Amino acid sequence: MGENREWNVKKIMVCLKRVVDYNVRIRLRPDGSGVVTDGVKMSVNPFDEIALEEALRIREGGSPVEILVVSIGPADCQQQLRTGLAMGADRALLIESDIQVEPLIAAKAILKVIEREQPDLVLLGKQAIDDDCNQTGQMLAALWQRPQATFASKLEIVDGRATVTREVDAGLEVINVDLPAVVTTDLRLNEPRYVKLPDIMKAKKKPLQTESLASLGIDLEPRIRVLKYEEPAPRQKGVMVADVDALVAALRDKGIFN
Amino acid sequence: MSKVLIVAEHSGNQLNQSTARCLSCAREIDPAGADVVVFGSNCGEVAHQAAALEGVARVLTVEREENQAALAAIIAPQLAVIAADHDYILGPSTTFGKDLMPRTAALLGVGQVSDLMAVTGPRQFQRPVYAGNAIVTVEVPEGLKVVATVRTASFKPAAEGGAASIVPNQVAAELPAHTRFIELRTGGGDARPDLQTARIVLSGGRGVGSGENFKLLFALADRIGAAVGASRAAVDAGFVPNDMQVGQTGKIIAPEVYFAFGISGAIQHLTGIKDAGLIVAVNKDPEASIFQVADIGLVADLFEVIPALDKKLG
Ligand SMILES: Cc1cc2nc3c(=O)[nH]c(=O)nc-3n(C[C@H](O)[C@H](O)[C@H](O)COP(=O)(O)OP(=O)(O)OC[C@H]3O[C@@H](n4cnc5c(N)ncnc54)[C@H](O)[C@@H]3O)c2cc1C
Ligand SMILES: Nc1ncnc2c1ncn2[C@@H]1O[C@H](COP(=O)(O)O)[C@@H](O)[C@H]1O
Repeated sequence: MGENREWNVKKIMVCLKRVVDYNVRIRLRPDGSGVVTDGVKMSVNPFDEIALEEALRIREGGSPVEILVVSIGPADCQQQLRTGLAMGADRALLIESDIQVEPLIAAKAILKVIEREQPDLVLLGKQAIDDDCNQTGQMLAALWQRPQATFASKLEIVDGRATVTREVDAGLEVINVDLPAVVTTDLRLNEPRYVKLPDIMKAKKKPLQTESLASLGIDLEPRIRVLKYEEPAPRQKGVMVADVDALVAALRDKGIFN
Repeated sequence: MSKVLIVAEHSGNQLNQSTARCLSCAREIDPAGADVVVFGSNCGEVAHQAAALEGVARVLTVEREENQAALAAIIAPQLAVIAADHDYILGPSTTFGKDLMPRTAALLGVGQVSDLMAVTGPRQFQRPVYAGNAIVTVEVPEGLKVVATVRTASFKPAAEGGAASIVPNQVAAELPAHTRFIELRTGGGDARPDLQTARIVLSGGRGVGSGENFKLLFALADRIGAAVGASRAAVDAGFVPNDMQVGQTGKIIAPEVYFAFGISGAIQHLTGIKDAGLIVAVNKDPEASIFQVADIGLVADLFEVIPALDKKLG
């Protein structure tokens, strides 16, 4: 370290996915082809809001960082990108597509943008709460041949390197990676700010560029086919007991604590 | 040579039980069994534990100084080489597998089936989406390798009784120098059973009120040999460390018995426990949604129930 004291993060790219709001109880289409989204509240994936918040905090920490938000999906994703701009991002890019974009395709598309934009840091959510895949950041890092720090709950940048605390099953793992790198966010990294009305007005004037996914020239053939959506099997109805004695009796009845 | 390759998860000297669970999944794909690959700097002990599992064809070890900490950026290029001859590459859906497997899939140019919960055909699988509110059936087209993380709660661990051969491997993969392991801070390394493998789990939520009050749960857990978990609200409030979080973004568990004390039953929490054999809920709010999934429910104050249970079960 130290050989490059002047090194600063200048550009951060944040991926924002449009998803069904986490408070919505989803309904399946009767033909099992997917989830009903007509008239359903859509939001920025909660982990992606955390990713953007982290980028904003890095900028507020002193360095003049440009923040670019990117989304891949239908034209309606503009709403989520506008939310990102209102939170404080400088520019937005919509990669428009009406096909289902699986993580590998998303990663390839994001890489195309990276090649053009040359960000120092790319922040994604650890998982999209619709497909629950938890893949895109890792795939992107592989294709870009750069470090990955997944499930981040703390991020510190010094001299062109990031020290990241990761939430792992055994506790907290700390790793150090060279930049540029891919970081995926966990819930405890920060608490995203609320967007204020004047910011929403201001965001309308910020640049939002659109290009088609097809124009990027990547292979769009799905590697995984989704055949059908089904309701999960319901659990059997349980019983209510009146007091601790009845609880212990019910447990013993089930063969537990004999 | 097996068609299926499983990546072993281990702590350096102890094989994680997730490997035995992946093996049960592998045998539904190919009853003939699977190869297990162990990456590490000194794999002897772990390799022996893996070789003793029923259904393991061969244990492949890849020993290398750089493999001491399981960094995805380091392991993935080696795994991609080892996997060249396998059709299926499985890892556990733990933070280890979730970090490593997608990086490997991308290097192999394929997608990944995350949280595989059922094998419904040679190339057809089920997995949960929307926090378990829907189940999708997916198919990996012919000619592509299947890379998957296995939802460990959906498969029982394979039994012991095998005696597979252990085959050391050299992998000629160039490893990046851009990623460095610094340290692992564990929750306390206590004697309590592991949350992901325990028969009985006691979890506390915001209703427990404080870290101090969690001691009530720890005391009861120690008396009955249970592990202790928590809701996100309890972790966020700082009552307990993050590695105790159960749910969509925490641990997915399948104990025989799960006790929820002072947990409301948000969908993100329920998705982590829906494979539990028996769910017991104690909550003072009769309307709490946890009661809709509980097998046994008790509307009561947890501060009265826990000491009473402690007395009666002790
Ligand atoms: C993207 C995303 C991911 C998430 N992932 C997870 C996850 O992995 N795991 C998770 O748990 N949550 C997760 N959450 C949070 C989840 O939505 C809930 O906010 C959380 O589970 C609530 O925790 P709780 O039940 O402890 O708290 P609350 O909802 O506040 O419930 C507390 C309960 O305690 C009861 N209570 C209070 N005092 C007593 C008493 N003395 N005796 C008995 N009962 C009492 C109350 O009646 C109440 O029902 C996630 C949320 C989001 C948006
Ligand atoms: N279509 C998309 N548009 C923008 N970002 C995406 C898209 N798909 C995935 N991502 C990013 O990748 C993360 C992980 O998604 P996933 O791998 O699908 O769980 C999300 O939190 C987003 O940051």
